[in-house]
Amino acid sequence: MKTKNQLAIAPYIFTIGFFLLWEIACRVLSISSFILPTPSTIMLAVWEYRSQLAFHAMHTLWMTLAGFGLAVALGLLLGMLLGSSRLINAGSYPLLVGFNSIPKVAVVPILVFWFGVGWVPPVLTAFLISFFPIVVNVATGIATVEPEMEDVLRALGASKRDIVFKVGVPRAMPYFFGSLKVAITLAYVGSVIGEQNASNVGIGNLLTRASAAFEVPLVWAALVVLAVLGVVMYAMTAYVENAMTGWAQRSQMAA
Amino acid sequence: MPVFVDIHNVTHVYARAEDGVPAVQNLTIRINEGEFAAIVGPSGCGKSTLMKLATGLQFPREGAVIVDGKEVSAPVKLAGMAFQNPTMLPWRTTLDNILLPLEIVEPHRSRLRRHKAEYVAKAESLLEQVGLKGQGHKFPWQLSGGMQQRASLCRALIHEPKLLMLDEPFGALDSFTREELWCVMRDLHAAQKVTIILVTHDLREAAFLADRIFCMSARPGRIVAEREVTFPRPRDLEITYSPEFSELVHELRGHIAQARKAA
Repeated sequence: MKTKNQLAIAPYIFTIGFFLLWEIACRVLSISSFILPTPSTIMLAVWEYRSQLAFHAMHTLWMTLAGFGLAVALGLLLGMLLGSSRLINAGSYPLLVGFNSIPKVAVVPILVFWFGVGWVPPVLTAFLISFFPIVVNVATGIATVEPEMEDVLRALGASKRDIVFKVGVPRAMPYFFGSLKVAITLAYVGSVIGEQNASNVGIGNLLTRASAAFEVPLVWAALVVLAVLGVVMYAMTAYVENAMTGWAQRSQMAA
Repeated sequence: MPVFVDIHNVTHVYARAEDGVPAVQNLTIRINEGEFAAIVGPSGCGKSTLMKLATGLQFPREGAVIVDGKEVSAPVKLAGMAFQNPTMLPWRTTLDNILLPLEIVEPHRSRLRRHKAEYVAKAESLLEQVGLKGQGHKFPWQLSGGMQQRASLCRALIHEPKLLMLDEPFGALDSFTREELWCVMRDLHAAQKVTIILVTHDLREAAFLADRIFCMSARPGRIVAEREVTFPRPRDLEITYSPEFSELVHELRGHIAQARKAA
């Protein structure tokens, strides 16, 4: 019981400790607030720019969720396709890996040529950067059905489709939900990159403008807001994962 | 009794075998309807290949496999299977795991939704027969290895298969649990008129359960000896301590030792 309580409060203690250390280090070493502002200065800036930050953060949140939603839908579909056909898997893997290796910042200009500046490039950047881990994980989950299980079902006359839907897809769910945690943070990075380069609103855009104007506290305030939003979205997917695939989390390690 | 599984002069090479050595060669084996056959042999002798051939998961390169009067050209659909690994699906309860074959096999597939209660009752009576009464609502990972294996037997039998294939089903269990499951298997066979092919390493298991025992040679596998087991049924575990039983096991051991030496 004692360890359980300690585990529950540990995240708060560590976070507060981190910011305390930061604050003390800045004051003791008298670091210029232009180089590294203290957390208290940053919090003041967050308060000062709260309406602006909230407006842009909401926009970024929307872009991220839209891109993430696209990535989930298409990632699931593509993952199922790749997982159930060795031919498609072998054929398309080099393409997928090659595509995933392109830094998405480099793709944003092309999106601007196609769709202009606006909400489309951030959404698509979020989608492009986050769908790969979903595809790979779903495909792996489906492709690694135990051969014995497959034999049991095939001996009953099960079709490939039966096996994929009865065994493959449910089996891939822990992989899928695990990949969502990676994907949501990536989608978030993607939408911010998109906004920095091809949008007039959003935290990414705010960052670009603030740094161009050397508004150091605002830059830091925007970063803090980004981090907090990221943690919230991560926590939400982790919660969904727990709720959906409790059966997969039964080891002593996970308990 | 009519022949149910007829494997005639079969040679099989896996497409993925690198050395091209056949898994089984000139294999001939006849198993009668309702018979309990056991296949023993050194490891890697192609026992699992034989199972795949008889269920239509693999097709022979040469020779013919005839099951229930028809040459096998697709998965046979009338087989139940159980393996050393119980392969229960962890996201389904034990009961839902047992009902899984019914979601695949016709006519049950199209009847399952409307006659759910009837099938659940059947699954529960099977659970009772293997000593798992009232455990159906548990998830498989809440059961011990032996209990999972019992559930796996129920799953293999729920659709009333005409052929039951057991691939070392008790191999991973401790010896007490194993003997208990021998008796479960014995009673299931007595209760249902199902043809059983049991692949095993355990000679005592084969001698206790089977009507006939086939010994296979090392790869490429063939049948090197065939032995009727004449102990009267129902058999009691006590017979495994009789001199006749020991003699039979000893004789089988001789065949296997020879097969190993020949390899």
